[in-house]
Amino acid sequence: MAEMMYREALNRALFEEMKKDPTVFIMGENIGEYGGSYQVTAGLFNQFGPDRVIDTPLAEATFTGAAVGAALAGTRPVVDILFVDFTTVCMDAIVNQAAKYDFMSGGQGEVPMVLRTQGGAGNALAAQHSQSLEALFYHIPGLKLVMPSTPHDAYGLLVSSIRDNQPTIFVEHKLLYMTKGDVPDEEFSIPLGKAEVKKEGDDVTLITYSLMTLKCLEAARLLEKEGISVEVLDLRTLKPLDQEAVLESARKTGNVIIVHEACKRGGVGGDIAAMIMEEAYDDLDGPVMRVCGRDTSIPYNLALEKVCIPTVEDIVEAVIKIT
Amino acid sequence: MSKKSPQKEAAKGKSATTGISLEILLQMYRNVYAIRQFELKCKDLYREGFIRGYIHPYLGEEAIAAGACAAIRPDDYIVSTHRGHGHCISKGADLKRMMAEIMGKATGYCKGRGGSMHIFSKEDNNLGANGIVGAGIPIATGAAMGIKVKKEQRVVVGFFSDGAANQGVFGESLNFAATFNLPVIFMLENNHYAVSTPVECSFGNCDLACKGPAYGMPGVCVEGNDAVKVYQATKSAVERALNGEGPTLIEAKTYRHGGHHVNDPGLYMDQEVLAAWRAKDPLDILKKKIKDKKKLKTVEDDVEQELYEAVEFAKNSPEPSVAEFLASIPNF
Repeated sequence: MAEMMYREALNRALFEEMKKDPTVFIMGENIGEYGGSYQVTAGLFNQFGPDRVIDTPLAEATFTGAAVGAALAGTRPVVDILFVDFTTVCMDAIVNQAAKYDFMSGGQGEVPMVLRTQGGAGNALAAQHSQSLEALFYHIPGLKLVMPSTPHDAYGLLVSSIRDNQPTIFVEHKLLYMTKGDVPDEEFSIPLGKAEVKKEGDDVTLITYSLMTLKCLEAARLLEKEGISVEVLDLRTLKPLDQEAVLESARKTGNVIIVHEACKRGGVGGDIAAMIMEEAYDDLDGPVMRVCGRDTSIPYNLALEKVCIPTVEDIVEAVIKIT
Repeated sequence: MSKKSPQKEAAKGKSATTGISLEILLQMYRNVYAIRQFELKCKDLYREGFIRGYIHPYLGEEAIAAGACAAIRPDDYIVSTHRGHGHCISKGADLKRMMAEIMGKATGYCKGRGGSMHIFSKEDNNLGANGIVGAGIPIATGAAMGIKVKKEQRVVVGFFSDGAANQGVFGESLNFAATFNLPVIFMLENNHYAVSTPVECSFGNCDLACKGPAYGMPGVCVEGNDAVKVYQATKSAVERALNGEGPTLIEAKTYRHGGHHVNDPGLYMDQEVLAAWRAKDPLDILKKKIKDKKKLKTVEDDVEQELYEAVEFAKNSPEPSVAEFLASIPNF
């Protein structure tokens, strides 16, 4: 077991899968010798060379589409889109091509690609570099959607995503790259579609993913001191959604709050809340609540930015309100 | 993989007039004729209600697919378009499964899920038609990248139209392919219309082949109604690609024999210009180059029989099972 940073865990997964499978290759902007803006691909260029660690021109729409073609030609491309905000220029490749090729071809055209990207606010990067856009992908049949919160999960889920035969959108959070955690030395993978109870509790369930998992755990720690027992369920994979784990925890505590950084309006929380109410209404003590980002673009000024995103205090307050 | 390479075939028994073997000429003629008959049949079947949705006939453009596909090998890839029946046929598709797909039947290439705009044939290395104009260009580029990653000796021919050449991914893909020296041939089928918008009204520079050199590759303009010329241009481009010299842009000039799709009468088309292009019919141009009329007749008879059987097969094939379809949808 070694302690490593989230970005190092991702790097290890890429390194090991590229070493093992010569058809795995990565492409994106400045991911070669430079190692990527967040250093996730550091060292891979020297290890695997320019044919498998490809520094692309600034042309996201094309290299994402090219990943679809390369996948159809029998490889496993991992595309690196620097900010999730930039995926909006490659939506045709993602939504109309990657997500639908296997379906439209009657099962002849599997697209085993991974699109790695990162989102979220927190570094004063303003409105076009701070978004949480996972709901866009959540809505599209044919895609898998992964949003890990820890180095352990980042490693295990990236391994599974690369080996998976469906296109997978793998969204990291810019504030998680430097966070640390234990990752076993031996190779392992985490199945897509399996949530994890990150902390057990009896009174309230917090359903969350990505960076908000850390905030929920901190809120749970504070609430424990007040005598409120909080369960934190980290979804880890949004598609497939682990409905079983969600319903099990909802039935156990009877009180559910969904926490995500993305805007509340049209966010995945609304869908999960509806699913819980459809399936487990009789086991609930009250309505499913949401603590989510405000319905606004993210401002540059740090004080303004801060009020757009749920804080630990917001989560604590929401829990106290329903208990 | 086991089929004979057209390159090798071309070396023996060359015809005096074209420098191309009779076998290749007949292969191209078979495809031009099959596309022509197939598309005319599709129009009828559409009007009779056997085919729904959109059908974009390749009528008038047959020589491009037939010429380009004769110049590549079975294990080379193609990427097709919404006007894709011709590419599919020329790459070796089974007319039965094609027609069944176009009628939405369970026996079709895509089990009735794709239809005319999405035919895909893995066994022919046809990486699919596409309903989004221009979307196939990066896919073709990426397939070439896949070939490079796997260190294979194959090429990709990406078909697209003048309309697609105005999409951003066209320029991006040409630059990308030239930057990485990819084994891809960009086959720009200039049929002079993006639905109803003429080329002259949508390009600042109507010389489309010149966009090749702008991105760092040869740009070749050929008479797209002459299958032999398309074959020769493609063959040179294939040789370049296999020698590691990178991509080529080929602009093949042609003209639709009608509107954008079956229900579009194409009233916006200049009838005089259309008549001039019809006079340069790809079928007639190729026919004149083949002296052995008996062989031509055999090819035509075979196609007609094959097409008859394809239509019967498609009509008699079962609809896809709704229950099976519903069961295939994951619950998440």
